[in-house]
Amino acid sequence: MKEAFAVEKSGMPQLNTEFWISQIFWLTLTFGLLYGVLSKLILPKINTNLEKRKSKILENIEAAEKQKEDSEAKLLVYNEIISKSKLDSKTILNQAREKALKDINIKKELLESQIDEEIKIVEKEIENLIESAPEKINIIASEISFQLIQKLTGTEVNNSSVSAIVDDLSRRGRDKYYGN
Amino acid sequence: MAANPMTQFEVYRIGPEIKLGTFDISFTNASLFMVISSMAILIIFFFGSKKNSLLPNKVQLLAELSYTFVSKMINDTAGSKAKPYFSLIFSLFMFVLFCNMFGMIPYAFTVTSHIIVTFVLAAFIFIGVTIIGFIKHGVGYLKLFVPSGVPIILLPLIIVIEIISYLSRPISLSVRLFANMMAGHTMMKVFGGFVISLGIVGGWLPLSFSVALTGLEILVAFLQAYVFAILTCIYLNDALNLHH
Repeated sequence: MKEAFAVEKSGMPQLNTEFWISQIFWLTLTFGLLYGVLSKLILPKINTNLEKRKSKILENIEAAEKQKEDSEAKLLVYNEIISKSKLDSKTILNQAREKALKDINIKKELLESQIDEEIKIVEKEIENLIESAPEKINIIASEISFQLIQKLTGTEVNNSSVSAIVDDLSRRGRDKYYGN
Repeated sequence: MAANPMTQFEVYRIGPEIKLGTFDISFTNASLFMVISSMAILIIFFFGSKKNSLLPNKVQLLAELSYTFVSKMINDTAGSKAKPYFSLIFSLFMFVLFCNMFGMIPYAFTVTSHIIVTFVLAAFIFIGVTIIGFIKHGVGYLKLFVPSGVPIILLPLIIVIEIISYLSRPISLSVRLFANMMAGHTMMKVFGGFVISLGIVGGWLPLSFSVALTGLEILVAFLQAYVFAILTCIYLNDALNLHH
C-alpha cells in the first residue's frame, strides 16, 4: 500500500487521494456559493437590465418611427403648398400678361386710328393744295404775263386772251410735271 | 524537484489541517484557486450588473455579452425548455472558464487539471440530468436507449451500446477537461524546462514554442469550458426533449 502510494506520488499528483475529500468539499462550497449568488442576485439583475434596455430601445424606435411619419406627413403638406403656390403664381402671371397684352393692343389700335385720321386730314389738305395750286399759279402767271407784255409792248392787251394762253401753257406744263 | 513537470499539479495544505469527522477538508492551493475564481466571477458580474445604463460600460458589456452568449448557446442546443437551468449552466461555464484561465497565470494552480474536480462536476451533471429526465418523462426516459428506426435484430446490441455510452458520459466529460488541461500545462512546463537546460544559445526555440503554446492553451482553456457547457446542454436536451 505504501509502495503504491509512493509510485503515485512520483507519477500523477491527480491520483493522490490525500486531498480528494478536501477538493470535493471546497468545490461544492465555492461552486454552490457561486451558483447561489449568481442565480439569486446577479443573473436576474442582468436579465432585467437587458429587458429594460430592449424595451427602451423598442420604445425609442417606435418614437422615431412616429416622428418620421409625422415629418413625412408634414413634408407632403409642404409639397402640396409649394405646388399650389406655384400654380397660383403661374395663373397670376398669365393673367397679368394677358391684361398687359390687351392694354397694349387697345392702345395700339387707338394710336393707329388717330394716326390714320391725321394722315387722312393731311392728305386732304395736300389734295386741296394740289387742286387749288394751278389756278392760283395761273392767275399769278397771267397777271405777270399781262404786266410783262404791257411793259414790253407798251400797249393794252386783252386780259382774257392772255389768261387763256397762260392757261393753255400751264395745262401743258402741268401735264409735263405731274406726268399724266 | 522543479524539473518534474508534474509537480505543478501537486496539492498542498495552506494553513492548518481541518478535520470534519474523519475527513480531511484542509484549505489547499486547489481550494485557494477555487475561491479566487469564484470571487473573480462574482466581482466581475456584480459590477457588471450594478448599474443599468443604456450605453454599458466595459464591465457591464462583458457581463451582458457573457449572459447573451450562454443564453444563446443554451437556446440553440437545448431549446426554450432549458431556460430554468440557465443559471446552473452559466455558473458551470464561468467556473470552468475562470479556473482554466487562472491556471494560465505562471505559478498558478489549475483547479480543472484534477480529475476529482472535473469528475465531481461531471457526475453532478450526469446525476442531475438523469433525475430531470426521469421526472419529465417517468419510465419513458428509458426510451432514450431505444433509437427509433433500428431493425429488431440489432436492437439488443444497440441498447447495450446506448447504455454504455450514456453511462460513460460523466467519464468522458470529466476526462476530456482534465486531460486537456493537464496535457497543456505539462507541455508548457516541459518546454519551459528545455529553455533552462538549453540555455542562452539553444533556448530560443523552445521559448518561442512556449510562447505559441501559451496562446494555444488560452484558446484551449476557453474551448474546453465551452465544450463542457455545450455538452451539458446537449445532455440536458436529451433529458428535456426526448426524441430518439
